[in-house]
Amino acid sequence: MMPKQNILDDAKLADQFQDHIDADEKIEPKDWMPDKYRNTHIRQISQHAHSEIVGMLPEGNWIGRAPTLRRKVALLAKVQDEAGHGLYLYSAAETLGISREEMIDQLHTGKAKYSSIFNYPTLSWADIGAIGWLVDGAAIINQVMLTRTSFGPYARAMVRICKEESFHQRQGYEIMLTLCRGTNVQKEMAQDALNRWWWPSLMMFGPRDNESPHTEQSMKWKIKRKTNDELRQQFIDNTAPQADFLGITIPDPDLKWNESRKHYDFGEIDWDEFWTVVKGNGPMNKERLDARKKAWKEGTWVREAALAYASNKVH
Amino acid sequence: MKDTLYDYLLILGDNPLILGHRLSELCGHGPTLETDIALTNLSLDLFGQVRSLFQYAAAVKGGNATEDSVAFLRSERGYKNAILLEQPNIDFAHVMVRQFLYDAFNLPQLEQLVKSKDKTIAAISAKSIKECRYHFRFSSQWIRRLGGGTEESHRRVTNAINVLYPFADELFNETMAEQKMKEVGIGADLAKIKPIFVNEINETFNEVGLKVADIAPRIAKGKEGLHSEQLGHILAELQYMQRAYPNMQW
Repeated sequence: MMPKQNILDDAKLADQFQDHIDADEKIEPKDWMPDKYRNTHIRQISQHAHSEIVGMLPEGNWIGRAPTLRRKVALLAKVQDEAGHGLYLYSAAETLGISREEMIDQLHTGKAKYSSIFNYPTLSWADIGAIGWLVDGAAIINQVMLTRTSFGPYARAMVRICKEESFHQRQGYEIMLTLCRGTNVQKEMAQDALNRWWWPSLMMFGPRDNESPHTEQSMKWKIKRKTNDELRQQFIDNTAPQADFLGITIPDPDLKWNESRKHYDFGEIDWDEFWTVVKGNGPMNKERLDARKKAWKEGTWVREAALAYASNKVH
Repeated sequence: MKDTLYDYLLILGDNPLILGHRLSELCGHGPTLETDIALTNLSLDLFGQVRSLFQYAAAVKGGNATEDSVAFLRSERGYKNAILLEQPNIDFAHVMVRQFLYDAFNLPQLEQLVKSKDKTIAAISAKSIKECRYHFRFSSQWIRRLGGGTEESHRRVTNAINVLYPFADELFNETMAEQKMKEVGIGADLAKIKPIFVNEINETFNEVGLKVADIAPRIAKGKEGLHSEQLGHILAELQYMQRAYPNMQW
């Protein structure tokens, strides 16, 4: 049993901790923090890092087939940026006392999740445009909020990531614009990509607020500053006029501007599909995870060689 | 003369095009995140060099030629990369040996080309050589790590050398275009590169107990457009969009 004195100390520390948060001060790795705050961050930051790394795969699928040298270089650089984001995020999570290897192991065993959006396949070049426009667009809404999150290393990583993400989003939109200003075949390609990526992009914000188990505590600790539904609405409000400008149609017959709410109304998300993909049965869950495990397994001897060489040199 | 210059630019540009493609296949699949990022960097540098060389090639060719028509719209026999560069990513040892052999050749080649009488080639080479120095440092360090790492890495890198080194000789076989460009002071003198190449390779290999002794060169005429079976598959992927949807803007 814990001595009484320690319990009192912990209660006092927890109060001080909440005071820091309420005063909008950042929590740093060496500061005292409740275990739950630490674990929530390890879970969230590592999940975010894994999403960056797994997210390289669907776009990587089109690097070899990019239609021009300029597009190829831009796509390669973009996917490389995602690897860079993974690096910052793994490092931010490591400040909380978990190693990169442990996190990668959790990804491979299925203990840690990553964003479900990457469990959908990229079927045409237009998907590269749609991912930049919609997926990065949705990610930015979440990440801009996270630049003000209470945990310092995470917030600072986000500042840097947001700059690159907004560039990616513009690049994606520009691919869509080029397609929509092109031939009929190109415009059909763009519409088909929007049809396939629209609903999964809305699902990126997570379950509805009344079904989101972590929201209340996350808001109190200022890990999140807006709810899933607020962020989703913001994304739809941003994106609907962009689709109009492109001249393609969002696949939702209920999407309509509501003058009294000053927001777009929209139709019901297929939550069965959402939970099916979360539980591992989406179109590409197995392939994505297998690709990550394969790269890690095939890299084992390379990592071992680098370590052995470094220690041989020292001795 | 114009046609010869164009052919020469294809020889210079197709090597980084095809090697850049092979490296880009690894993006997202590297042994560590850091290595993944570094390999993509190499690929990006190579595609940057390709763009400069093919923009120039398109200007030399004239008409409607663009960097993309040069890169994507030739038939298989029109590509002039050395066969070494189209060899597949069997494992990380193959990737690094292929890279190291190319870098050890290309660095002294660029050292000559920065002094080319063709000002555009000289300028492109002056930019590329900075990147190539870094590539050489990266690949030669990895050869040392793999050669001097574990028993397995030593075995794998030895195997990769045995497979790939026999293709390296082609880099020094002078084609007609290379000979003519050398004679007018535009192109590199491959014969002068070879001893530098051999010396670099042996020095690095010796440091970690690797060797290339007794490996006979293979017949390889990629620079004349006669490729291995690998290139057709690379082009099927590389050219897919341009072939499936011709004459469109992307």
